[in-house]
Amino acid sequence: MLEVCVRRKQGSFSIDASFRSKVLGITALFGSSGAGKTSIINMVAGLARPDEGRICINGRELFDSEKGIDLPPEKRRIGYVFQEGRLFPHLSVRSNLCFGMHRTNSSDRYVDFDQIVQLLAIEHLLCRRPAGLSGGEKQRVAIGRALLTSPAMLLMDEPLASLDHARKAEVLPFIATLSREFSIPILYVSHSMNEILNLADDIVVLDSGRTVVAGSFDELISMQKNTFSGIIEQIADNNGSLPDVRLNIGCPLLARITPGAGNELGLRLGRKVFVPIKRA
Amino acid sequence: MEVFTLTSLELEALRLSLWVSSWAVLGSLPLGISMAWILARLRFPGRSLLDGLIHLPLVLPPVVIGYFLLVFFGRRGVVGGWLYETAGISLAFNWKGAAVAAGVMAFPLMVRAVRLSLEGVDNGLEAAARTLGCGPWRVFLTVTLPLIVPGIMTGMILAFARSLGEFGATITFVSNIQGETQTLPLALYTLTQVPGGEMGAMRLCILAILIAMMALLTSEMLAGRFASRMRG
Repeated sequence: MLEVCVRRKQGSFSIDASFRSKVLGITALFGSSGAGKTSIINMVAGLARPDEGRICINGRELFDSEKGIDLPPEKRRIGYVFQEGRLFPHLSVRSNLCFGMHRTNSSDRYVDFDQIVQLLAIEHLLCRRPAGLSGGEKQRVAIGRALLTSPAMLLMDEPLASLDHARKAEVLPFIATLSREFSIPILYVSHSMNEILNLADDIVVLDSGRTVVAGSFDELISMQKNTFSGIIEQIADNNGSLPDVRLNIGCPLLARITPGAGNELGLRLGRKVFVPIKRA
Repeated sequence: MEVFTLTSLELEALRLSLWVSSWAVLGSLPLGISMAWILARLRFPGRSLLDGLIHLPLVLPPVVIGYFLLVFFGRRGVVGGWLYETAGISLAFNWKGAAVAAGVMAFPLMVRAVRLSLEGVDNGLEAAARTLGCGPWRVFLTVTLPLIVPGIMTGMILAFARSLGEFGATITFVSNIQGETQTLPLALYTLTQVPGGEMGAMRLCILAILIAMMALLTSEMLAGRFASRMRG
């Protein structure tokens, strides 16, 4: 179980988010850029300190301002796949992969080096330096490096952004399996609706640092507040029939609405809306 | 080829110069890296003051520094007296004092070079190392330090060259004693002051140029090697 409840002021922007996922699966953080997704996972990783709150994984407290608990990042056993990869330029790919693995107690290890290398198809890269790798290759090595620490939880900040479709299709099920097989919760940040629909068990929608809604898909659909937040970009009126509304919710989203409903809701360009999630 | 044969005075000066400069560089390296790190990474009141203090030798007349060293590190100075009483180390009028003078004068150059490369290190890499299970010290040793090796090299070479050329602070602090504190520039100065010393002075000039060129070439070569290792 993952429990996050954090408050932090950074300049004029403040984060006040709170969510919990019951499942040992993948929790997707969703929201437009600047909604505070990366700030929140940095707090979970211990790279940023919340002003107050509580972060707890499977009953293990990582941060609790009331009890004065604040584990340093290296004690949290959290694997973090950064958006930009952040491989060490002075080390070979093999040394990058082993960097965290060597610092994990052998009794805590549950991920095998050869298995990861094979799954991510990075065997031919092992002797090279990160500077010579393509974006996709770097990202795969970064995923491998985080997994090889055998983490208690995995944080992924847009990990697949630089992968092509074929590789994505390969890595996505792998991530899903990982979470289930080793019962590690994954906190996943993405702009891609497709990835989230494919992966996420739970979803957390953020808007300007605040949790709009959080829960599993089924819960969200049964809720009144089952929403995404976004801005209306375009309304295409198809000659009086159903108008198409184009929304920017971090990624473009098209919705079809009856004209009557559109008028009633007062849809107009630039207006902020919350978009209900519906099953296809 | 008698013209090119070094006299014992010149040989002594060369040997002493290399010895004093090496000690000056190696001795000030740990402190130089720490200061560079403090200035590059920490924000605290008095930071500009510390920055200014470290840079003083760069802008003050070397004689002033030499005089301060004499006052504080001389046998009867506050620090010097204490050093002599507790550790039995005396810096007055011997090569150790010359190394301290050279080290102090070269210190700002070393700190500047290391600090510049520290500021170029991506904080994100250090954060990544933290999430991979390294404490702050380990991160410094395994990620930060290897990444600033070129800066440390540059700093060491610059400081070494500066130490070789040190004159004012040395002569003020530890005087000009042949075989003890008479480094290459001091020997050169002495030779220009005595009749018939022109040839010797010229030889030392050429020697100084050769050493400086070698230091620069070495630094270029090491930088090139490091860059190609990173491209790998």
